[in-house]
Amino acid sequence: MDTHFAQRRRRDLIVAACLAAVAALVPLFVKDVYVQNIMVLTLMYAALSQSWNILSGYCGQISLGHALYFGLGAYTTALLFTKFGVLPWFGMLAGGAISAVIAMALGYPCFRLRGHYFVIATIVIAEIALLLIQNWDWAGAALGIDIPVRGDSWLKFQFARSKLPYFYFALALACIAWLVTWWLEDSKWGYWWRAVKDNPDAAESLGVVVFYSKMGAAAVSAFLVAVGGSFYAQFVSYIDPESVMGFQFSLLMALPAVLGGIGTLWGPVLGAVILIPLTELTRSFVGGSGRGVDLIVYGALIVAISLALPKGLVSVFGMLSGRKEAAR
Amino acid sequence: MTAETIIQSLASGLLMGLLYGLIAAGLALIFGLMDVVNFAHGEFLMIAMYATFFLFAFFAIDPLLAAPLVAAALFVFGAVVYLLVVRFAMRAKANAGMVQIFSTFGLAIVMRGLAQFFFTPDYRSVTNSWVGGKTISIAGIYLPEPQLIGAMLSIAAFVALYFFINRTDFGRALEATREDAGAVALVGIDKNRVFALGWGLGAALVGLAGAIMAIFFYIYPDVGASFALIAYVTVALGGFGSVFGAFAGGIIVGLVEATTAMILPPSLKSVGIYAVYLLVVFVRPRGLFGSL
Repeated sequence: MDTHFAQRRRRDLIVAACLAAVAALVPLFVKDVYVQNIMVLTLMYAALSQSWNILSGYCGQISLGHALYFGLGAYTTALLFTKFGVLPWFGMLAGGAISAVIAMALGYPCFRLRGHYFVIATIVIAEIALLLIQNWDWAGAALGIDIPVRGDSWLKFQFARSKLPYFYFALALACIAWLVTWWLEDSKWGYWWRAVKDNPDAAESLGVVVFYSKMGAAAVSAFLVAVGGSFYAQFVSYIDPESVMGFQFSLLMALPAVLGGIGTLWGPVLGAVILIPLTELTRSFVGGSGRGVDLIVYGALIVAISLALPKGLVSVFGMLSGRKEAAR
Repeated sequence: MTAETIIQSLASGLLMGLLYGLIAAGLALIFGLMDVVNFAHGEFLMIAMYATFFLFAFFAIDPLLAAPLVAAALFVFGAVVYLLVVRFAMRAKANAGMVQIFSTFGLAIVMRGLAQFFFTPDYRSVTNSWVGGKTISIAGIYLPEPQLIGAMLSIAAFVALYFFINRTDFGRALEATREDAGAVALVGIDKNRVFALGWGLGAALVGLAGAIMAIFFYIYPDVGASFALIAYVTVALGGFGSVFGAFAGGIIVGLVEATTAMILPPSLKSVGIYAVYLLVVFVRPRGLFGSL
């Protein structure tokens, strides 16, 4: 069984490498800026959802407040850049580090909570942070921050002329998030997390340090999401509290993983690849009326997929059943 | 700040808190019955407010008279939502919690979209209703009449709910189904019927709250979102599984909100509510009256 699992992991890695290579070639043929924009968003959501999945899927601690870390990443980068002229690359690392530390500091009291009490705690903590930033004048308050264009280079991580560099960075981010998950899946952490998710009491009695497992998952998850936030700030060059730290965004981040297959390696990728283009296309085709048709379609899609495929879209591809078998 | 203004704020906070309790009652009832958190609860409130608005605008029915009609309409709506969506979410063999969260969340988005489609995103309000904008003075404290009526309605609703759950056959069936849904089938109680009625009742309660809210609050497609989060916190603060915890939770939330608004800028008044929730569950992880 072990060798079967090892085989599957090798196969996953090869498939991922091929997919990444194909994805990297796509912009050479697709020059349309609108389509490129959707591809960047798809990759970003894949990365974010993959990172969310580490804490909420693998470790089973469902967070509906991950917009907090996304916002922290975006705001750290934007503030350091606009106020102190610090390059976004450092801002990105700083944002990630701050988020990881805050995730652990918040995890310390929160990880004692279970079920809905934990979920609601994650929501209200993000909501408190949102309200504080909305009232913080130095950080632009509710209006947010306009990030001025000061160059067109990898050094400054600003590209005025082409979306391509953003595309390749988003692709790299999605690959890194995937690889981290792939690597953790078969590490002692991965096994601890699944034990914590299935039955924390049993795991504790078998010597799994439940508390530290959760802390580890929270730190990794928050770091990666914050890097995504930094990227987003540079990509759209304008951020405001509601759009990067609002409750809606926490749900949007979770959706690809939930609909794709929560707690699976391919779920977030599959979910993002299907959901994000569909959302963007509905928005531009029927959303222009401003009459909410895009919302109706989008919401109905969420209801339909979550009811019809509780294990997510991956179950259609049989990726999940094979993996479950192998992991046990 | 004088003692008078403090008492004034706390009195308003208490009234608002009782109304929060009424908004949260349905959520608490449904959760207690079947461990499902309805993420479309705020949208139930939203359609109740629109229903009240249209009854007023087209048929000149005052919100106070419309309240029972709206509650009845919401009862039917809640039961239908259970039968069409939630019933299937309950059957999920895997990831049951996520399926429930996201199927009701998807429903919330559909409802918001439909509201935008049919009612446009414009802000509406009920003007010149019987009690709208009026205040009453009791011992030198001015109380807004809509909130006062809402608060009394909330107390009445919780008393009725108490007798209903403890003294009627349906209430007992509700309790029994909650204890063991499999066993009740053996004594001839149809689980789905009880759940559908439970959803109807929960929706009817939020319908009552919506009719009162419509008197003094703007009505727009996203109006539910801000109250939904307060309702979740109210229920969790009182403790999941306890309908009367929602009553206590509502009062606490209202008083904390009023107190925070006195200390911090008004735009930060929700921070106090959230902070109190965190403090309570950190000390007592099952809320005030929750069962684990």
